Amino acid sequence: MFESLSERLQGIFRKLGARGKLTESNITEGLREVRVALLEADVNYKVVKDFIDKVTQRAVGQEVIRSITPSQQIIKIVSDELTALMGPVDHSIAFNANNAPTVFMMVGLQGSGKTTSCAKFAKYLMKKYNRRPLLVAADIQRPAAIEQLKVLGKQLDIPVFTKAGLQPPQICHESVKFAEQNMRDTIILDTAGRLHVNQELMDELRDIKRRAVPQHIFLVSDAMTGQDAVNSAKEFNSAMDITGVIMTKLDGDARGGAAMSIKAITGKPIKFTGVGEKIENFEEFHPDRMASRILGMGDVVSLVERVQQNITSEEADALQLKMKKKELNFQDFLEQLQKMKKMGPFKELLGMIPGLGGMADQVDEKEFKRFEAIILSMTKQEREHPELLDGGRRKRIAIGSGSSIQAVNTLLKNFRDMKKMMSDLTKGKMGKLGKMGFGKMPFNQ
Amino acid sequence: MIFKNSLQKLLNGLAKTKNAFTRQLKELFTFGRKIDNELLDKLEEILISADVGVETASSLIEDIKKAYESKTITDTSQLLDYLKNSLKKKLAFDTPNMLNTAPSPPTVILVVGVNGTGKTTSIAKIANYLLEQDKKVMLAASDTFRAAAIEQLTIWGQRLNINIIAHKSGADPAAVAFDAADSALAKKMDYLIVDTAGRLHTKVNLMKELSKISDVLGKKIPGAPHEVLIVLDATTGQNAIAQAKTFKEASKLTGIVLSKLDGTAKGGIVIAIKKCLDVPVKFIGIGEKMEDLEVFDPDKFIDALFTAD
Repeated sequence: MFESLSERLQGIFRKLGARGKLTESNITEGLREVRVALLEADVNYKVVKDFIDKVTQRAVGQEVIRSITPSQQIIKIVSDELTALMGPVDHSIAFNANNAPTVFMMVGLQGSGKTTSCAKFAKYLMKKYNRRPLLVAADIQRPAAIEQLKVLGKQLDIPVFTKAGLQPPQICHESVKFAEQNMRDTIILDTAGRLHVNQELMDELRDIKRRAVPQHIFLVSDAMTGQDAVNSAKEFNSAMDITGVIMTKLDGDARGGAAMSIKAITGKPIKFTGVGEKIENFEEFHPDRMASRILGMGDVVSLVERVQQNITSEEADALQLKMKKKELNFQDFLEQLQKMKKMGPFKELLGMIPGLGGMADQVDEKEFKRFEAIILSMTKQEREHPELLDGGRRKRIAIGSGSSIQAVNTLLKNFRDMKKMMSDLTKGKMGKLGKMGFGKMPFNQ
Repeated sequence: MIFKNSLQKLLNGLAKTKNAFTRQLKELFTFGRKIDNELLDKLEEILISADVGVETASSLIEDIKKAYESKTITDTSQLLDYLKNSLKKKLAFDTPNMLNTAPSPPTVILVVGVNGTGKTTSIAKIANYLLEQDKKVMLAASDTFRAAAIEQLTIWGQRLNINIIAHKSGADPAAVAFDAADSALAKKMDYLIVDTAGRLHTKVNLMKELSKISDVLGKKIPGAPHEVLIVLDATTGQNAIAQAKTFKEASKLTGIVLSKLDGTAKGGIVIAIKKCLDVPVKFIGIGEKMEDLEVFDPDKFIDALFTAD
């Protein structure tokens, strides 16, 4: 199918770089490719046009032509402009200073992920701000939507307010009193999904806004949305004057051009992102990371964060010491493999590392599974002392893991190479990456 | 005909879409102007804004250029018909649009897709469509993951007054499918429609789970699932192609339900999907009610997209 936007731009800039000095004509050619790539990433046609105009203006100036590394300069300009377009984002949340509960409202199209986002956002507020949220089920449209929010409320151990027989504006209105009576300092209103062209339902949203007076209104938007993202965002914003956007389903492989479009059209920032099926899969949106991800420059910061969530610093230090001393054994390797699995698909992790995005397709996740099976077929002693593995033991392991002696040999060879590489890396030959924590990860690629 | 006055209904659903789109086209094509770069750029904008994708838009425009050079079309007044015809050609399906049926009942329809595209609602609509043909329909609640998904399907089952097989939330979806297949056989159903949890196509384990559901159904009922429908949200951009492709690899995708066509999204992605994957669009969803389902007709679809009121 299509190359990813990252790969595409990498290819373009490799081409630009190889040509040495940039001329006006090859800037234009390069940017034409950028344009196609952005369009394939679902960035809105008009937004792309403006963006390319802006980048052209900056690129065709003297700063590029006189600069020593023109391709780097172009990358920087494109990346800066992308970041500037999507940012800046202020993640701080203003709560009511007095005792009145702070009201948040979620709006959006059907299926964008409002109900799930309500729960994720509640969890985020509980964890980060120690808030006591109340969820309000004002989606009386979709069958079992109320039930869905109740299930999520139970998982979070927070109350869910709704009242049968009432219309959504009344439900939301009454929820404020309920929150006050029940010591809830935060209210999150879940509304029914609706089309932005449905006047009746858009009026209902306005009515809710009048009666529950939310301080924050978030548009929940699907990262996979195409060109139409601008139409719905524009309508929701003009009807509700939204405060920001929660972009969902960013854990997929959609290139998320909608993020760029929505910000450009509404001027409202993407503030948070949904990145998984679990309630805690909710993150603050970082335009610089998103831009550098779009440009194939990796998302190092997110990767490091993810690593930190799964590996404690003591574990990492102990491992690093072992690597330095070349004492790394299969037991460590196995633990690392299992931890990496928790961090997400290996391809996704690779995509976050500068320059390795293109390798993602060559990685066979099954290979890791095979490695795991082979290691699991070793005795504890063998895992800790790989040098014990003679022909006889290798044969037994091959049979035990349902693989072949060749596969066992490959693993052993990879392991030796990795050990050497890791030892070199931890001794400071690694440069920048080592400082960012990559020395702590078992890359054998 | 099962579907009532489908063109009119489609036109109504697409009215909003159409107005803006058609107005732009009219501006382009009624001045008797020459085909020049400005016009081709505008045309590209309209096509890309409809989510047909850069590649398809470019190839359509190349076609037009060639036709103009070879004098097949001589001015802009002929351009619209030419464009419509070439779009229709791209959407023409080799496989029939109607649902596959099992040699002996029940016919099993597995419904798949990413999160939030409208699987459960589409299932209710398809069930309603089959009930109108006096078929006996049963539903299987194999979305055991999302909170209250089972309740959602159950409510639809009650509204339609049909049987639904469900386990508890968190149960093995393949086990639900297995039981449902058993029950559908015993109760001599014509159709069994299996709902599944929304899953991003990038989640390897969840895609495997889908293959498992498919296998389990096949073990119980020969040839099942006879129809695997992916529900695609019409507002989805180019990622819809990756979705369809990956789901096709995990289960033998036989058709597409294009949902939410009643908004301003133009659904141009179906053209690219047809080109890349040759999976036919079988139904379109044009509203929230259970009657808001149409059998997809490429000719009417394109006409509706380009027809002025």
